[in-house]
Amino acid sequence: MKISDTFRYASDAATGTPLRTGLLMLAMSIGVAAVVVLTALGDGARRYVVGQFSAIGSNLVIVLPGRSETRGFNPANLVTSTPRDLTVNDASTLLRVPGVLRISPVVIGTTEINAAGKLREAMMVGTNDDFIRVRQLKLGLGRFLSKDEVGHGSAEVVLGALIRQEIFGSENPLGKTVRVGDRRLRVVGVLSEGGQGLGMTTDELLIVPVATAQAMLNTNTLFRILVEARSREQIGEVKASVLKTIIQRHEGEEDVTVITQDAVLQTFDKILNVLTLGVSGIAAISLAVAGILVMNVMLVSVTQRTAEIGLLKALGATSAAVRQLFMVEAVLLSLTGGVLGTGLGYLGAALLRHLYPTFPAYPPLWAVLAGLGTALSSGLIFGVMPARRAAQLDPIQALSKR
Amino acid sequence: MPDDAESLIQLNGINRTFTLGDSQVHALRNINLNIARGEYIAVMGPSGSGKSTLLNLIGLLDRADTGTYILEGRDVTTLSQDELAKVRSERVGFIFQSFHLVPRLTAAANIELPLTLSGIPASERTKRVTQALKEYGLTDRAHHRPNELSGGQRQRVAIARATILRPAVLLADEPTGNLDRTTGEEVVRLLEALNAQGMTLIVVTHDQTLGARARRQIKMEDGSIASDITNGAVTSTPNVLT
Repeated sequence: MKISDTFRYASDAATGTPLRTGLLMLAMSIGVAAVVVLTALGDGARRYVVGQFSAIGSNLVIVLPGRSETRGFNPANLVTSTPRDLTVNDASTLLRVPGVLRISPVVIGTTEINAAGKLREAMMVGTNDDFIRVRQLKLGLGRFLSKDEVGHGSAEVVLGALIRQEIFGSENPLGKTVRVGDRRLRVVGVLSEGGQGLGMTTDELLIVPVATAQAMLNTNTLFRILVEARSREQIGEVKASVLKTIIQRHEGEEDVTVITQDAVLQTFDKILNVLTLGVSGIAAISLAVAGILVMNVMLVSVTQRTAEIGLLKALGATSAAVRQLFMVEAVLLSLTGGVLGTGLGYLGAALLRHLYPTFPAYPPLWAVLAGLGTALSSGLIFGVMPARRAAQLDPIQALSKR
Repeated sequence: MPDDAESLIQLNGINRTFTLGDSQVHALRNINLNIARGEYIAVMGPSGSGKSTLLNLIGLLDRADTGTYILEGRDVTTLSQDELAKVRSERVGFIFQSFHLVPRLTAAANIELPLTLSGIPASERTKRVTQALKEYGLTDRAHHRPNELSGGQRQRVAIARATILRPAVLLADEPTGNLDRTTGEEVVRLLEALNAQGMTLIVVTHDQTLGARARRQIKMEDGSIASDITNGAVTSTPNVLT
């Protein structure tokens, strides 16, 4: 029997019982679709988190004030409990550390912006001119902060896209003066829309020079120092020397915490990969159930078509040919179900992305291939027994049954 | 005994026993039979006399426990299952009482089945099926499924299917059993016409009048050939005497 004829005969046999075939393919496609959608969810979550971290900037080493680890009892702790502050000078010293490309000191505070008769609360970030490159932000209009050589802070402000729109509407804000807190600042630029980072949108930020912000907030400490290493390979080295430099400047006291974005990212990546594997494992159970269903349906089919099998043998079909017919039918059923399920899964993932546009719910390729592969192999594995049973039927007994 | 060159089927000392529960059923006892090409044979006898077993054995669906079976000069007792399937496909045509058409396939597709199974290319198949449909007067029923055909039409489809590969022997098990008298008559005439063209025809039947039409009548009893008469003359010695 020719392969093409085998396929046609098997598919005719499958479509001969449309309800049973339809239900079976539904079960198989739900299994595959579940794998596709759930891995899209898991992988989407991973991408979302990784994306949020990457949005802070690349090759970043972050210095935070205060120590986050517990050490042994130190009498000094009884006397001084407050750590030394991080200062702008600490930050500028770090520029001399080998492997460091740029640094950005960061001060954060809430303030009010008042212009064109409108008042709004906003988050203010005080930083330097390199912030835009360290954080990889984009400008919509104008320029970013100018280089502040002297460290006195100029009266400049860069607006987030939403603040600009709410206060100025479609008017050009460049060169306009706004009141921020108790200062009058000139708008020099506007950030482009949709900037993200750690769940915080840059659309509602005001960015001012660090000295200006410190003066307004009446403080000389920093919230963070962002350090950008020259390359990914140098991150570890930079982290160590940054810590060493700060300890030296703080009279031998380790009162800062240095974290790398990479370490945080890798941890999240690992956790979420495990999560994805977990949910796809759960989905795979439904595939196994569908496989058993294939076997059941094929066994029923063999029983119902006993006379037909006897006839095929009387007409000169070999046992191998009969076995092949039933195997091909099982594989066709599960593979068609698998392909349908993949389509259904992609549709589901697309629906998710439509409902939650910021959530990148793309099914990973490996999951789609694994889903299809499992469907195919369950057809093969669970088709073996029914096909063997069909091939071993005694033609005389099979023919006498009707 | 007929000449070996003329001989199509030679059965020598065939025995076949079935085990049913604890008891042994001797379906065929020491059968010796010689069938020449082009013969028209009716096998008759009561139920359980072994006539169907004999037919299955000649059709290579069953194997003998002892004895030899020579089909067209070739000893087929020792062939493997796959070789038997090949011989069955090329040399034997089966016709059943209940037609055994595949219900989801059209008349044309049912007739095509043996061609498909033996791997003949599609263009050749269509040609031969069209020809067969014409010969059996089924052209206008070609795309009907078996449940849309009358009993006589169904049996004609079955006969067309059995003969499409031009087998050496046509085996019919109660071919008129499920048909009324007129339709049955029609089918028998069709089979006899095929026999007239030179095809060996072996019919198993209960029906005395149908059996009487055959040139050679074999009566079976208890797994043995009780009598073997050709046109009123005894052709071979019954088992009892050997």
